[in-house]
Amino acid sequence: MQWKLTDDRPIWLQLTEQLTERIVSGVYPTGSRMPPVRELAAEAGVNPNTMQRALAQLEADGLVATNRTAGRTVTEDAEAVGRVRGRLAEEKMELYVTGMATLGYSEEEAASLLMQRRRK
Amino acid sequence: MDEMLIRLHGLTKLYGSQRALDGVDLELGRGKIVGLLGPNGSGKTTMIKLLCGLLRPTAGEVLIDGALPGPYTKSVISYLPDRMYFADWMKTSDLVDFFTDFYADFDRKKAAEMFSALNIRPGDRIRTMSKGTKEKVQLVLVMSRRAQLYLLDEPIAGVDPAARDFILSTILTNYNESGTVLISTHLIADVERVLDEAVFLQNGHVVRHDTVDHIRELEGKSVDQLFREIFRAVPYQGGDL
Repeated sequence: MQWKLTDDRPIWLQLTEQLTERIVSGVYPTGSRMPPVRELAAEAGVNPNTMQRALAQLEADGLVATNRTAGRTVTEDAEAVGRVRGRLAEEKMELYVTGMATLGYSEEEAASLLMQRRRK
Repeated sequence: MDEMLIRLHGLTKLYGSQRALDGVDLELGRGKIVGLLGPNGSGKTTMIKLLCGLLRPTAGEVLIDGALPGPYTKSVISYLPDRMYFADWMKTSDLVDFFTDFYADFDRKKAAEMFSALNIRPGDRIRTMSKGTKEKVQLVLVMSRRAQLYLLDEPIAGVDPAARDFILSTILTNYNESGTVLISTHLIADVERVLDEAVFLQNGHVVRHDTVDHIRELEGKSVDQLFREIFRAVPYQGGDL
């Protein structure tokens, strides 16, 4: 998985989003140990302090827990991960629907086009 | 231990009547990677030379870890000049010996590991190296010290993008966590992601000092774009019509 960083927004926010995606998609499974900050920072080519800030946000979001013995781990709470996943899915659907609306499709038409695509 | 690693008060440097730095006040903390950004002639190299004690201020004061530039500050600063200062007959192994003699905090083993990762052999002579390899050799030596302050003057100018990536990742993975790295450059797009803070210099003045993410948040654009706006030069439109 590649890190994609754009120019227009704070780097830590983009890191938070991409780490969140990695957790909900199971790249970092629930209960597993997160790679160390320095390793993640080197992989993304960013400053360790910036990566630290992104991880602190994940902690505040309840997706990651820090304990003294095991370091930083992904939460065991699969439901919490599921809720975040659901919220992200809604955002993606919203993007699709509004994108289709700019092309003049109603929500129903957009949905049926999506189903047809799936049957192909 | 001073909580601020660098304190500059009213720092001014004149070259004849030319003001290279003009009343700069600046404080930088520890454990950060800071970009010293500005166009050519804005005072970047002058500031770095004042920090390492190679130049004396015309007015104002430099404090590193609470001390004026002198033997103590030199022992905690690792400096990469903007040009090569080694004799070109020297071999990599000569340079390693040289640094071992000069600096108590030089880590020979670390330098040897980095050199071998780069396929630079101990017997290689500086004379036979490409520009990019020379830059890498100097950076490896400078980053192999356990210093408090790393002053890197244009470490990525004049090397190819792959070498730039190597240099930046070397900086990221090798600076010591209580140490601060000050990188001067005008190639901002390349260094932006590795920086905590940016200091903008213009005509010898600090015109902005902020964290990279705060700048992006406020401006909705990258530090590179902001730099291009602040330092935009109006192109010459031809003679009078």
